[in-house]
Amino acid sequence: MTVSTLITAGIDMGTQSVKVVILKEGKIISRNQAFSGFNPKETAEKALTDALENANVPRTTINHITATGSGVEMAPNSDSTISMMGADAKAGVYLIPSARTIIDVGAEEARGVKCDSKGRMLNFVVNERCAAGAGAFIEAMARALEVELDEMGPLSLKAERASPINASCVIFGESDVVSLIHRQESKPEIARAIFDAMADRVSSMVHRLGISPDVVLIGGVAKDVGFVASLNRTLGLEVLVPENPEYTGALGAALVANKRAGDTKN
Amino acid sequence: MKQIITHYGYSDASGEYYVVIDTAKCDGCAECIRQCPKAALELVTLLVDLEDKVVAAVSEDHRKKIKYTCSLCKPEKNQTPCMTACSQKAIRCVWNPI
Amino acid sequence: MKVVQEGKKEYWRWQEYQKILSSKNWEKSDIITAGVDVGSVGSKAVVMINGEVYSWSVTRTGSNSPDSAKKAIGWAMEGTGLELDDFKYIVGTGYGRVNVPMANKAVTEIACHAKGANHIWGPTVRTILDVGGQDIKAIRCDQTGRVTSFLMNDKCAAGTGRGMEVFADLLQIPIEDIGEVSLRVDEEPEPVSCTCVAFAKTEAMGLLRKGWSKEKVLAAYTRAMAIRMCALLKRVGIEKDFVITGGQSKNIGVVTRIEKILGIKRLPMPNWRGGGLDPMIAGALGAAIIAKALHERSK
Repeated sequence: MTVSTLITAGIDMGTQSVKVVILKEGKIISRNQAFSGFNPKETAEKALTDALENANVPRTTINHITATGSGVEMAPNSDSTISMMGADAKAGVYLIPSARTIIDVGAEEARGVKCDSKGRMLNFVVNERCAAGAGAFIEAMARALEVELDEMGPLSLKAERASPINASCVIFGESDVVSLIHRQESKPEIARAIFDAMADRVSSMVHRLGISPDVVLIGGVAKDVGFVASLNRTLGLEVLVPENPEYTGALGAALVANKRAGDTKN
Repeated sequence: MKQIITHYGYSDASGEYYVVIDTAKCDGCAECIRQCPKAALELVTLLVDLEDKVVAAVSEDHRKKIKYTCSLCKPEKNQTPCMTACSQKAIRCVWNPI
Repeated sequence: MKVVQEGKKEYWRWQEYQKILSSKNWEKSDIITAGVDVGSVGSKAVVMINGEVYSWSVTRTGSNSPDSAKKAIGWAMEGTGLELDDFKYIVGTGYGRVNVPMANKAVTEIACHAKGANHIWGPTVRTILDVGGQDIKAIRCDQTGRVTSFLMNDKCAAGTGRGMEVFADLLQIPIEDIGEVSLRVDEEPEPVSCTCVAFAKTEAMGLLRKGWSKEKVLAAYTRAMAIRMCALLKRVGIEKDFVITGGQSKNIGVVTRIEKILGIKRLPMPNWRGGGLDPMIAGALGAAIIAKALHERSK
């Protein structure tokens, strides 16, 4: 019997984008991302095909595909699924072995997961279907401020203080931002207020879990330097951000696939 | 004195959460205010039968963001710091997840 | 205090106006009281003579609450010959920590609102649902208009006038028509799954792409909002008679669905254009009534 190379894939069906990670013998060989769009299933299928092509791996050699994410039921034919919290814990500890609390802030959802040294989930908390607690808040506020989303973070770092902003709803936040602009508050200070408000909500949520260091921040919003700075201030510690934090869910799924495929083989 | 029960909180897809204060029982001692980890409570003056009565209430700043302010204490615990602090049993935090 | 955006249309466009109910002459010996209610969008003032409504004003709130209060009471006095010195007692009320400089006392908006509703609809009112541009309140009161229980909802646009406005914009339906349009469905669709306005917008766009008509999407959203409001009402308990105040009381789509869910009809809106009292002044009216009671007690 020949020992074949173990190739596994993880697909994260996010609300805004689909992420794919391909592992060869447990090491990342390819990753890909695409906007979910109108037909997430098709999008995911294509993202997977492209990722395989980039890695020069034929589809038929994949041993196991594991899907995760809020749109997991729309994933292309996968072998198994894993909860988003389970994927976060797995990949968080894989990337940063000292991680014990993982905060995942995506476009429409934020989560906190506590885990052990093996990446097993111990406890979790999820924000409650409110856009003000997720990346959607920053996006909507950036639009109201007429600043590109990528510029929000660097802009906020220039502020010495935050403008007063109290809205805990995206809809009211938009008019608050417009009022602040009319009052000629500076854009950096408004941007900082937006990140501070968001960080306050996320930290309130994870405080319910009790925070054990190290704290790792993942998800698309983790790439935003402004949010990271505000969250560090609010939590009173330095959160660790892995490279490509938006791929953490897909990586977690791929790692689970790797484990499950390995188990089947033995 | 007749009762006025005040509810501050929210109801959404996750369930309902309210800070419920029975202002007839509240004696305005402010112990709940001292014990609240988020400084979310304050004393307010209510007009009850044309008389002023000083009672605890969720503060103006927090009234509209209780979902986030109270999330630290909210979980399935029956006793929150404000409830434990109240000798009159006038304050309750009600959390009914769906 | 929230600054009202210039040129931005407001929910259920309403006009600033003043009304003098009777032409009878007031005398210095009369008990003249006033209530001033500075809300987030509108500032209202009611003048009462010996406990009867004499005049009122409905004006827009500006960026500063003392000025808005002055404007409201100024309009209510206009053409009456009244001056501030003629008032025996003025009660101020309103949204947030408002500052009504001419008031002898500030009273919570909830107490004033219930007292006003009791005067407008009569002593049978027990449950009041107030849905304004920015928040939702549920109030229970006794036959004297005294509050027995109240509920204030978190700052969330779902169900508020502002949330409805976002939906009307999305579907490009004039805001005045959304209630009626939402009822133009043969069968009531399932409500949208998420009440958060930002997420419901995304959900609605998905439904439109699936081929749902605007009417059906609006019905699904309006139904979700009605369910949400009923959940708040159930928290304080529902007892007849039931009234709805605030901008959403004019949204027939929401009102019809609430009545259906609760199995209770609300009391009809007073015909305020034909001599009745405008429900918009409920808070200011209650404040003026409380002002009279406080004046009498102080003697």
